[in-house]
This record gives sequence, C-alpha cells and structure tokens, in this order.
Amino acid sequence: MDRTRVVILGAGIVGSACARELALAGCDVLVIDRGGPAAATTSHGEGNILLSDKGPGPELELAKLSRRLWPEVLTDLGGLAVQAEWQPKGGIVVATTRAGADGLRPFAASQRASGVVAEAMDADALRAAEPHVTREHTAAVHYPQDAQVQPAGAAAALLSGALAAGASLRSGREVLGGVVRGGRLTGVRTSHGTLEGDVFLNAAGPWSGELAARLGAPVDIRPRRGEVLVTTPLPPTVFHKVYDADYVGAVGSGAGDLQTSAVVEATLAGSVLLGSSRRRVGFDARTRPEVLSAIAAKALRLFPSLARVPVMRAYGGFRPYVPDHLPVIGPDPRLAGLWHASGHEGAGIGLSVGTARLVRALLDGREPEIDAGPFRVDRPAVLGEDVPAGSTAGEETT
Amino acid sequence: MSAGTGGTGRHVVGRHVVVVGAGPAGLAAADAALAAGARVTLVDSAEQPGGQYHRMLPDAYEAANPDVLQHGYNAFEQRSMRVIGHRRSTWLADTSVWAIERDDPSRAPLVHVLTGGLPRERRTLRPDALVLAPGAHDRVLPFPGWELPGVFTAGAAQALAKGERVAVGDRVVVAGTGPFLLPVAVSLLEAGSRVVEVLEAARAASATRGWLRKPWELAAQAGKTGELASYTAALARERVPYLPGRAVIEARGDGRVEEVVSARVRGDWSVVPGTERVTAADAVCVGHGFTPRLELAVASGCELRGSAPAEVFVEVDGEQRTSAPGVYAAGEVTGIAGAPAARAEGAVAGWFAAGGDPSARTLAPLRRARDQGRAFAERLAHAHPVGREWPGWLRGDTIVCRCEETDYAAVCAAAGDPVSSEARVARLGTRAGLGPCQGRMCGVTVAELRARLGAPDPDPAAPHRRPVAEPIRLAELAAPPAEREG
Repeated sequence: MDRTRVVILGAGIVGSACARELALAGCDVLVIDRGGPAAATTSHGEGNILLSDKGPGPELELAKLSRRLWPEVLTDLGGLAVQAEWQPKGGIVVATTRAGADGLRPFAASQRASGVVAEAMDADALRAAEPHVTREHTAAVHYPQDAQVQPAGAAAALLSGALAAGASLRSGREVLGGVVRGGRLTGVRTSHGTLEGDVFLNAAGPWSGELAARLGAPVDIRPRRGEVLVTTPLPPTVFHKVYDADYVGAVGSGAGDLQTSAVVEATLAGSVLLGSSRRRVGFDARTRPEVLSAIAAKALRLFPSLARVPVMRAYGGFRPYVPDHLPVIGPDPRLAGLWHASGHEGAGIGLSVGTARLVRALLDGREPEIDAGPFRVDRPAVLGEDVPAGSTAGEETT
Repeated sequence: MSAGTGGTGRHVVGRHVVVVGAGPAGLAAADAALAAGARVTLVDSAEQPGGQYHRMLPDAYEAANPDVLQHGYNAFEQRSMRVIGHRRSTWLADTSVWAIERDDPSRAPLVHVLTGGLPRERRTLRPDALVLAPGAHDRVLPFPGWELPGVFTAGAAQALAKGERVAVGDRVVVAGTGPFLLPVAVSLLEAGSRVVEVLEAARAASATRGWLRKPWELAAQAGKTGELASYTAALARERVPYLPGRAVIEARGDGRVEEVVSARVRGDWSVVPGTERVTAADAVCVGHGFTPRLELAVASGCELRGSAPAEVFVEVDGEQRTSAPGVYAAGEVTGIAGAPAARAEGAVAGWFAAGGDPSARTLAPLRRARDQGRAFAERLAHAHPVGREWPGWLRGDTIVCRCEETDYAAVCAAAGDPVSSEARVARLGTRAGLGPCQGRMCGVTVAELRARLGAPDPDPAAPHRRPVAEPIRLAELAAPPAEREG
C-alpha cells in the first residue's frame, strides 16, 4: 500500500472539507471526532461565506478562492448538496455614523482593487433592496458575492462526499496523545485505541490548541465565544445579509472583552438570525443576558421595525481564534507527520473548501492556487511568541 | 423591605427567596419561606395564583364533593391571601422568567423576568435561594393526522371548556392515558359537547395491578380517589363508554377532523391487527401524561435524574435541594405526583430555602405527605405507562414536529446517517424542535424516537435546553433592565 494514510482529527466543516479533498486525491482518509460530526463550532454559527468583511490580504485571497470553489463543490456533490441550503443572497454593509461611512468607503475601494465586487448604494437602492432597514444610514455597499449556507448541512454534505470517495468516519473518539517514532508522529492514542497514519491533520477548531498540546506541538489557537439570537418565523423582511460597518472592526479586533456588532439575516425557514458577539471567556458556555441585550440593541439600530419581533432562541459557540487573525494551514515544522487546518475564527464555514484545496496541494508538493505562506504554522502568533502578558486562554472577562 | 433590626443592634435581614410558579408547590413554598422569616418574591405568568390545578376542576366534582372542594378551596384561598398580603412578600403576577444567569457559580443564579403588558418591563432578581416550581405541560404522542384542526391536547380542551365555556366540538373522542382524561371528559360534557367515548390505552389489567398493588398507599390519597370516583359517576350518568386497552392511532378529515381511527393495543401499546375501528367525530382530545418544564432547572445547572427521555426529572435531596447551589425544586419538575405531593414538596423547599430550622416539628408531616404523594405517583406511573411500542402507529409521512412539519421519515433518516446523527446536527437538518414552541411539544418525543433508532442523545438535558426560556421582543431585550432588586 503506497496510499498516504491521513487521519483527520475533527469532523467539523474544515475536517470534512479536507477529508473530501484528500479522499478525492486518492489518500486513505480516516476522520475521527471526539463527539459527532459538525456537532460543535460548525453547527453553532450562522453559515457565513463572506468576502465583504475581509480587507486586502491573505485571508481575502483564501476567501476568494473558497467563494469560487463553493459552487463547483456543491455541483460535484450532486444530491448531497441540497442539505447545505446554499443561498448566494449577497451582503449589504450599512454605516450608521459619519465615522462608519468614512471608514466603509475607502475599505470598499481597497476591496474592489483586490477583485471583490463592492457596489456603493444610494438611499433609493438600499431601500429597494432592504425596505425595512433604517433610514438613518450614512453609507451602504452591496457585496453580491456574499453567500450563506446552513453550516451543519454544508458540513454533512462535504463529509458525505468524503465517505462516498472512500473516506471513513469514527465518531466518539477523543485523542489522548501522540505516538512519536524517530521524531515523527506515527500514531495517535485515542479513547478507543491507537490509530496509525502518515499524516495527522489537526482540524479541531477552538480545541486545536489543546489537541496540539496533547500531541506535543502546541499552537496558540483559543476559543472566542459568540452568540446568535433567533426570532420567530417572519414573512420576508430581510433579504440579504445586512450588517453594520463596525462589524469589520470587531472581526479584526483582538480584544478579550465583549464586542458586539449587528449582523442581520433571514433563514430559509423565515426566522431572522441576529449576531454577533465576541468574548474571550475560555470554554465557559454560560449565557449572559447582557450580551443578548447588546446584540438586540445593535440589531434594532439597523432594523428598527423589528422592535416587536420576539426572540425565541439564542445559541452560542466558540470560534477558533489566533492572535494575528489568520488561519493556520500546513505542516508543523516541529513534528513531522502533524499538520494543521484551523484557526479560521468566525470564517471557517466559508474558508473550509479553500483550506482543503491548500492542504491537498501542499501534501502533493504542488504550488497551491494562492500563496499559503501567510498561513504557515511557524509564525510568532501561532507559536505563542508574541502573546501579551496576562492574556491566557482561560482568561475570564467580567 | 428588610425584616427589621434585632435586639442586639445586629441588622437582621431575612434571606431573599424567589419562588417561580404559584401553583400548589410554589404557593406552599412561598408560604413556608415566609413562615421561616424570609423575604419572598413569588413569580407567575398568570394574573392569579393557583397554577393549572385550580383551573382544572370540573363543576361535577364541586357538586359531588362540596365539602372536600370547599375545604380545599378555602385552604388554597387562605394560603393565597396569606402569601400575597404578607409584608415580606412581593407578588409578581403576569411575570415570566425569560433567562436564568449563573453569574456566580457558588450561589443562587440571577433571575431575569418580564412583567406586565406590552411593553413588558424587564427586571433582574437576585435571590439568596431560588425555588423552581414551574409545573408541567401536557404530553401528546404524535399519530397520523394529529396536526389537523380539531385535535386538542387534553389540557387545552380542558382549559377551553372550563375556563371559557367553549366546547371544542359536538362529537368528541377523549383518548390517551392517565386519570386526567376523566376530568377532561367531564368538563367537555359540562361545556355541552357529546363525548363519544373515552379511550384509555392502558389495559384494565395493567391499571388494576397498578392501583391495587399496595392498597395502603391508596388510603393516604383518599381525596384523589374520591375525586376520580365522582368523574366516573358523571361519565356513567351520561352513558359515555370508557374503553381501556384502546388508543387513537389516526385522525382523518378534509381540512379538519371528521373521524378517528382507534385500535386495541397490547400492554406495550403495539396495535392488535384487525381491531381498527372508525368513529365519526369532529374533535379528539389527547393526553399521554405530562412533561415537566425543565428549562429553568437546566439553565440553573441542576442535575437531572432518569435516562429515558420521558422520565427525566430534577434530582433533589430530602430537603428539595438540587445540585445547583441555592436552587430548590418542587412539584412536577421533580416527578409527576399531583397536587398533594407538590404542596408538601413546596413547603419543604420553601422552608429550607429560607434557612428554616431543620429540626422543626412541622417538617415530619410534610415529609410524610410528600412521600405518600410520591408513592401514589409511582402507582399511577405503573398503572398508566406509555408503552414503548407506540411508534408502531407512526407512518413515514406522519408529522412529528407540528411547528416545522417534520415527518417521521426525516427523523429516521437523520438518526440513521452517521454523518448527521448527532442531535444538534439532526435538529438543524430536520428542523424538528426549531419552531415557535421550541420543542416543548415534540422535544421529548423526538429524543425518544431517536433513542429507539439507535441515536440516543448522551445529554438528557438537551430537549430542555432553552437559554431564552420565554420569547422576548427585541425592544424588551434591548432595553436595560430596571434597577436590580435584592
């Protein structure tokens, strides 16, 4: 047998996308997960596939690659793709302050220069596109390439595609440690025995830091909590993904204390999803009503007419956060056999398919479609070398 | 609102006990906590105390048992007035708990409430101890056609008949299991419906075994059996057939119920082939017991007991203390045991929540009443178990989640695919439990079906996890809460 044996650690959307890509490439792929597929971060997000929130740079390049790949991948998945609920509905970024408008216009211009479709909207165009949005806006930009999926369904489609291509799946297996022979990771010890392989891909999302530490090669990937509110089903009210221009700043920020910015969109079932929040609280999953309250207040600033709409549910999850806000993709230079595909923070759904393509090219020893250098593992932010004193993963904000 | 200053000059302030639910358990808890010297805030979503229980008694019971009822009512009324009128108590009517916040895991959580009409006022209560007595709601198992207009939960039919004198239909079939079917049928008669038949899925033998196994336990609940006897008499007078060992397995009709199909069922509720019978009816009222309202206990971090989805309750110790610091539970959330047990549990919970003397003499009879009530409940459960083969009457296209119209085939497909079998992923994929009722109707049923299909959820709290415990309008949520109390 000369097929590369790949063990993917984590059956979220990134692990699933990688499993499909590597199985199609002819690898012998096994996916394991501590719980069930897509059960953690993947199923606790909104399903964003966004270009609009990314400024020029390596993450935008990965996002553009991914956005180009998504329709191809879904077409290739055939009937399996239905569960992904692909909606290329486009995004609209709305500034509600003068400062917001002053930031949004040059940001959009820089994105256009990088090949993103970003169309300035006047008040009439905005009202035609989103009749219920606030009249109190100072600028608006339409991003027709933004899309949305039902994230757990998208991950299930990708993983089903992987299984159809010959990969196998074992749920309920937790990695306890590594087996290193001659400086190379040759196996992982799990709760259900040892698994051997040639390549072990860490795709454990916010748990990637802990998992890498168990394997003896720590990376600085930490959880950053977010919450989403879900309204009762409404007649069509919100037609695009609409968010406040200050969202871009919040995504790019590394602050540990609570940040909220409005992201409003409808689902196929008619509910409106309202995000977003960012807090670094370790894996503390307790709901904080003041966070929900802050999200509601920001959402009403964008859509005042939702004031009487009931919120029937809230859910939260953990994003894999890296201090320099770039994913970690590629081989670990400290331990042969260990690879990483993680650290996508809130963009993992969208970036999953591009990430998988990079991993496949790097594993084949080919030049990837985009420069993978910025995502390499041995950068100071990933190896924990430029972490400010006092900000540890378990830090509690109050 | 402090209790005053002690003689030594030390400032003595009673503990602040928040009681959620003003049914028999909650009212008793508030009463006992006040008696033990606490400051009490009693919260209920209704305008008046009493909970479901006091809204549920048919008139026939009153007619047949004027003394018993009068006695019970007086006791209730006195307790109500004593609690509401007490100088250390605050009665928050029309108030819902929308969130529980465990800000400090070493003590009782914050209780976030909404009070009054629109817009409701948001408030945060800071208790020293929290007593959860939210009660239960009807459980209804799905069957083909149960989404048709004309199908009612037994509790909803009862509330309409009793509360608003609205008859749910002219020809009504009452079906399901448990003694609660009897007062429902009687109330329907009183509201002017013709009750065609009452179908009790439990077979006569099973019911007899359950009721007669330990007669001495029955004696302690004589009030309850007297109550049931009066219903039986009322049904007999109207010549309403009461048929054990039969279940409604389908409702049919063009746009609304026109007929129901029933069949004989075995002890495990498997359908006996060839016993199907069609009955013309324009309404069917169904009840298969009760589901405890566990979301506040789950949000409080209370450990649960039981593993079968329909048999999960809050774990409490002899003092009604849950595993969560400062949180007590009483009534149906600890086990479906009826009003007398709920009252006793509530009194014990309120007393200990208030820091009452553990050697107080009044505790012994309360504990005895509680234990008798629980024993009675145990017998009820034995007499009216939900048979494990009930899913036999489901078809692939039978709706399981009425809010999202998810059918049984979709639930089976998700549970059977290793890629999507995890509970949350299956929920997002099938949408069962994601609609306006947030799985209050179908959550336990879906968990039970999934367990049968080989995809049990390892977390028994999952069907009850609702961090937003009550829908809250965006404007209410966005507004800052009024000054924190306590």
